[in-house]
Amino acid sequence: MLHGPAQDSGPDPATGYKGRIGLVMFIVYCVVYAGFVFVNVLTEGRAMQIIVLFGLNLAVVYGMGLIVFALALALVYNHLCTKKEREVAGGNAGKGRES
Amino acid sequence: MKLGGTPLSIVIFAFFVALVLFLSYYFARRAKSAAGYYAAGGQIHWAVNGISFAGDYLSAASFLGICGMIATLGYDGFLYSIGYLAGWIVALFVVAEPMKRMGKFTFTDAVDAKYDSRGIKLVAAISTLVVSVCYLIPQMNGAGSLVEPLLGLPHWVGVILVGVIVITIVSTAGMTSTTYVQFLKGGLLLIFSTILTGAVLVRGLSTEPPSLPGPDGKPLLYVPERSTVDELEVAGYARSHVAGDFSKYVKDGKVTWWRRDAEGHVWRSQWKSATETNGEPGGLLYPVGRIRQVGGLDADAAARGTGPLSPVGYLARLTHPDTRVEQWHQASVVDEAGTKYTVFYPKAVSGTDQMKPGVKFKVKTLWEKLNFVSLMLALFFGTAALPHILIRYYTVPSPACARKSTIVAIAAIGFFYVLTLFMGLGAATNGTVNPADNNMSAPLLALSFGGVLFAIISAIAFATVLGTVAGLIVAASGAVAHDLMDRFAQMGLTDQQKVRAGKVAAFGVGIVAIVLGIVFRGINVSFLVGWAFAVAAAANLPAILMLLFWKRTTAKGIVASIVVGIVASLGIILTGPEMFAGPYGLTAAQAWHPLGQPGIIAIPLSFLALVVVSLVTQKKPAEQRVASAATG
Repeated sequence: MLHGPAQDSGPDPATGYKGRIGLVMFIVYCVVYAGFVFVNVLTEGRAMQIIVLFGLNLAVVYGMGLIVFALALALVYNHLCTKKEREVAGGNAGKGRES
Repeated sequence: MKLGGTPLSIVIFAFFVALVLFLSYYFARRAKSAAGYYAAGGQIHWAVNGISFAGDYLSAASFLGICGMIATLGYDGFLYSIGYLAGWIVALFVVAEPMKRMGKFTFTDAVDAKYDSRGIKLVAAISTLVVSVCYLIPQMNGAGSLVEPLLGLPHWVGVILVGVIVITIVSTAGMTSTTYVQFLKGGLLLIFSTILTGAVLVRGLSTEPPSLPGPDGKPLLYVPERSTVDELEVAGYARSHVAGDFSKYVKDGKVTWWRRDAEGHVWRSQWKSATETNGEPGGLLYPVGRIRQVGGLDADAAARGTGPLSPVGYLARLTHPDTRVEQWHQASVVDEAGTKYTVFYPKAVSGTDQMKPGVKFKVKTLWEKLNFVSLMLALFFGTAALPHILIRYYTVPSPACARKSTIVAIAAIGFFYVLTLFMGLGAATNGTVNPADNNMSAPLLALSFGGVLFAIISAIAFATVLGTVAGLIVAASGAVAHDLMDRFAQMGLTDQQKVRAGKVAAFGVGIVAIVLGIVFRGINVSFLVGWAFAVAAAANLPAILMLLFWKRTTAKGIVASIVVGIVASLGIILTGPEMFAGPYGLTAAQAWHPLGQPGIIAIPLSFLALVVVSLVTQKKPAEQRVASAATG
């Protein structure tokens, strides 16, 4: 089972759609990540020590938040991609437009 | 610092190694074809592949390096966790599915898919080798650090041990055994890191942490003596030399080093010279790391400890402005006789400073700001450009499976990186930091909870190195056998010859890794991996992104981008302050420039090279029509 030839998965009509939402989500995350970097640089670290939640400072909350946000975006992305893949596999109207 | 191996740690270690070798033997019979050897036949389940991604990615740099850096520098180490995880977003949204669609065995396959260019094959294969070697050095270094306390063996023995085992894994069964070794190790790492974090939270915080026991059962924790210059003189210490904040005192013929703090106190430091450690030939450096004051508690209550804390409560206590954590740093000083000493000294920092960036990655001057942005840029863009990560996309059956396995990886890796903060801070406050080599902080933290947990965690850490090194060597051997020998040199290898060439290449790369692992001993492994990310981000990612999103990209543009990325990133690293102060044995001030991290210059340069060269090498419309007709 493990060692047949590498499989050709064939054409994927949802590629265009997945590429577009991937790019949008990538840009969204980039902006949030850049926010973390530039808040630290522009305030010379002072903003990072402000206590913002449950006794935790901005550095900890923002840092942990970036990790959790990555997972949340990934799950949303997978949901949208899977939904689209099912739609095009079912041969609905979106098929022609997305390929 | 020597702890020696216990029979239990040796038995558990031997069990892990035997299990790994059994997996290799078991899968060897099934890896006869090139597809089986380089891509596990493309039939790994996405969930298994996701955890294997974690096993591949959570290397010595993550477990040993990040925990060690957090233990000695506080939040600065956690920046690596954030950046390493954020990089997976690039992999998921931009790279995962196209890589699976375009490639077959290697990173080179994917970037060359549209062009069939010998130039791309050559430079992409070289880039794979350069990044893999940059990444291998810290892994081997980490292995050496592990075997010293685990088995009581010298550092170089650990490096050779890993090299031999990994060469065996890779050369017997290639990507299949590598995948299952990584799956096993990734799963165990997550489980036992969770257990270790739970133990840290249950213990809570105390100004009197339990000490690691020495071989004779006596506590090893080094609690530095505080004094003043006057008190030392009264006590019979004679000052023989002053070097900045450091003073050398001699009493009864014994050398001691003390460091003055901002309040005028002097703190007795540990030290090491070429011939002695803490005043004795072959003497010991003692474990360090404690909390001097717990914010919100008086001295008695802090000595009794907080008791169990929630994750948020634990971090909040450490962030409290009245909390004081004793960090340990090192400095090189020269005495009146010209003898060189490495002095390990304590420095109390407030909770506020401990839990925000700024101890190592300061952002006051322009260069410091550039260094910080550069690091975060390299970590973000490096992940999706690491050859050993990219080849894992070929082990699943479809682009959708590539996507799903990336999401499993993000969940597993993200969870682990949250744990690194607790494990690193746990080591910093439980007296389990080796001042000369912080890479062992997490395993030593486990030792403070007993020998069983230490033995298991150390064996998993060793397996961590095995899994990552195996992945790197598969990537490097694919670059040599598949990209260079078969496709670039067009040697026309048969399937079996390609597998055999891959195994020989794995052996060669393994030997190189062993030698470099011994040479680069003692440098924080995560710091070294940061450089590998920078080289990958500059050399590979611009090519991948532009190939996907800019239709005017040409083969020559990609070649230029990869070459400029490698040369610029390596050039900046090799002429920068970290190399001068470290491997070159000079000072940071002698470096050619103050930039320690190359990403901020090398990545844009690589993009620029691609755009400029692509624009000047565009095919004319007539040529395009001919090319289109030829390709149908």
